Amino acid sequence: MNDRLLQSALFLDKFRVLIIFILLLFVASMVSDVFFTVTNLMNVLRQVSIVGIIAVGMTLVILTSGIDLSVGSVMAVTGAVAAGILTAGFPLPVVIVLTLVAGLVIGAFNGVVIAKGNVPPFIATLAMMVIARGVTLVITGGSPTVISDATYRFIGGGRILGIPFPVILMLGIIAVMYWVLKNTTFGRNIYAVGGNEEAARLSGINVTKIKISVYALTGMFAAVSALIYTSRLMSAQPNAGQMLELDAIAAVIIGGTRLTGGKGGVIGTLIGALIMGVLDNILNLANVSPFYQDIAKGLVILVAVLLDSKLSKIGK
Amino acid sequence: MSLLTLKDVHKSFGPVQVLEGIDFELNRDEIVALLGENGAGKSTLMKIIAGVHSPSSGKLLLEGKEVAIQSPKHSQQLGISIIHQEFNLLRDMSIAENIFLGRMKKNRFGTVDWKRMFSETEVLLKRVGIGHLSPKQLVMECSIAEQQLIEIAKALSFDANILIMDEPSATLNNEETDNLMQLMKELNEQHIGIIFITHRLEEVFRVADKAVVLRDGHLIGERRVTDTDKDEIISMMVGRELKDIYPERNIQSGDNLLDVSSLSVKGKLHDVNLTLRKGEILGVAGLMGSGQTALSKAMFGLLSIESGEVRINGTSVRSPQQAISEGIALLTDDRKSEGLVLELSVAENILMPNYRTISNRGYLPKKKMKTIVNQWIKELSIKTSTPEVEVRTLSGGNQQKVVLGKWLETKPQVLILNEPTRGVDVGAKSEIYKLIKNLADEGMGIILISSEMPEILGLSHRVLVMNEGRITGELDIHEATQEKIFAYAVGGENG
Repeated sequence: MNDRLLQSALFLDKFRVLIIFILLLFVASMVSDVFFTVTNLMNVLRQVSIVGIIAVGMTLVILTSGIDLSVGSVMAVTGAVAAGILTAGFPLPVVIVLTLVAGLVIGAFNGVVIAKGNVPPFIATLAMMVIARGVTLVITGGSPTVISDATYRFIGGGRILGIPFPVILMLGIIAVMYWVLKNTTFGRNIYAVGGNEEAARLSGINVTKIKISVYALTGMFAAVSALIYTSRLMSAQPNAGQMLELDAIAAVIIGGTRLTGGKGGVIGTLIGALIMGVLDNILNLANVSPFYQDIAKGLVILVAVLLDSKLSKIGK
Repeated sequence: MSLLTLKDVHKSFGPVQVLEGIDFELNRDEIVALLGENGAGKSTLMKIIAGVHSPSSGKLLLEGKEVAIQSPKHSQQLGISIIHQEFNLLRDMSIAENIFLGRMKKNRFGTVDWKRMFSETEVLLKRVGIGHLSPKQLVMECSIAEQQLIEIAKALSFDANILIMDEPSATLNNEETDNLMQLMKELNEQHIGIIFITHRLEEVFRVADKAVVLRDGHLIGERRVTDTDKDEIISMMVGRELKDIYPERNIQSGDNLLDVSSLSVKGKLHDVNLTLRKGEILGVAGLMGSGQTALSKAMFGLLSIESGEVRINGTSVRSPQQAISEGIALLTDDRKSEGLVLELSVAENILMPNYRTISNRGYLPKKKMKTIVNQWIKELSIKTSTPEVEVRTLSGGNQQKVVLGKWLETKPQVLILNEPTRGVDVGAKSEIYKLIKNLADEGMGIILISSEMPEILGLSHRVLVMNEGRITGELDIHEATQEKIFAYAVGGENG
């Protein structure tokens, strides 16, 4: 392989997710004239924000070569907690803090079971997925809890300078986590643990602490999404967030983070989430029946990941 | 008659010329040792013969007939078997299944014919000297040496008449190596031509008929072992005279640094006592699996201690974090799975145990990190194009230097080295020896665990010998000889 070819292969390798995304945008503009309007794009971003925020946590977990299947249920249960204490009359800041803490605690519990109890992440979080769903049903009594506090609507529906507040939250969280992964001890240790857990432990890295932290953060991000979700609907739904874990995992994987850990990052995940969001949007704009939408989405995930592994081979 | 002939073989990967004009010949009754520093092109040459790579130009002849080997499978069909350094065995499957993997024997109903597979496996195992193992035993339950022999049995099951082995003795102890050498001779008598790569020159003179030396992709020369000696081979390998690869020893003993008292770890260590002084190199010898690795890990706070303790600066070591902050560093014997994160960069691997001390409340200052990394790359002359290169692309010797760099940056007082030169070529070996000596001269206490006797005898001030988790002997360097160490290592009472 000559030098220029190698250079372009390396370029492809680095930006392959972005290239796939740009191709998709190109297709989108062909399908519908409405796609490239500010209103529509903001809509896409806002719809992506709930999955996007959770997928940031999922990225951290997958980077340590773990997985978190409980995020959808955790979003549901923390949403129910938020609605419950809000209707009980607590002030909004207290509600927000308590909700985030609830998510953090549930996530940390996952982390402790995994890191200290040596339970495989798949099993531990599968159990939490079922438990948290059950707790949600208990709290809500199986029917939606309606929220009447009008100021609460801002979290999911408000705008700052025309930008939806959830979008600002998502981009803010991604920016912070991007920085953390790149420039802090915690961030670098996440890659070390995912790349070779034994070598990390022997280097004096507290592997247990890192693992508990990433699951705790994921739980907290699920709670952030819960605030947005309940605010959008002005109610807590007992069946909120079902299958959300799969969307989040898909965003992470499409975004180029390796399922076995040690490689990847949150910018890829953002693009991964956007790819899925844009796809939903195009299919809606093109009036495709929802039944077919799922099929199309699944296929695109397959194609994106296949293309990804093809391109990554060229880069080697 | 020549079994295998290579004529003017060239191989390049892109612009990089890896092999240039190699001529090579293997006869039916020959054992050929292929020698050269890491990166000399030995592995590439072996892979060409095994069909993994095809040569850019040149001819390959089998029994005088020119062949173009298409794939590893094709080379197997032609009677060539290769045993890689990392075994290709499935640990959770039985020996028989491993040997017949992908070509299970079937009976007339189309289901697996276990009876035939077991009986054929039994014959093969007997042939390689491990007839005592049951074909049904899981590979996981076999020792490393046994796994190696299983690989050889597997190779024989293909009716191989050319056997290629990549550093077959790298993970074996002396006794196991003896057995392997014996087997190689026996197989050779059955007209199987053998090519093996090794870094241990002793082996060349023990079994090989011919030594072939490569350097930088060129054939430097070939010698009948009867016409040459170690010094000539070494100078052919490194391209310079290498009078003594062990540096002059300075005898000095300072204050006690580390005390291990009545240390026991269930099933691994029994009542181990040792002290390490400032500036001392303490050799720990013994047959493989005698507890040296357990001792190194226990001193680093990795094993749960049953009784006794490890004290440094008056504190008892309980976890790796604590060991590091008290100034203990551990270079493990398994660089790939314990020492490095292979897919992270050289820089990140060096920094890994040091993030805590470099960081400013969790934030990592880029400039400081860069300075540290560059300093070690320079000081240890690590050959890498940039610090951002993935560490897995480096040669064994350079990878080992990365591991050394990462530990030296923790500014240890005690450096525990477990097989520091395993899989490292001669040139890098002597650099590592010099480094060890210099560190000791500067006052660092060094515990050197090695299965290579010359290394222990060439570097240490004092030698401890282990057997079955106990320290069975202690020798001052002036009284230490290979024979005495060996006597203690096999558990003899009075050396």
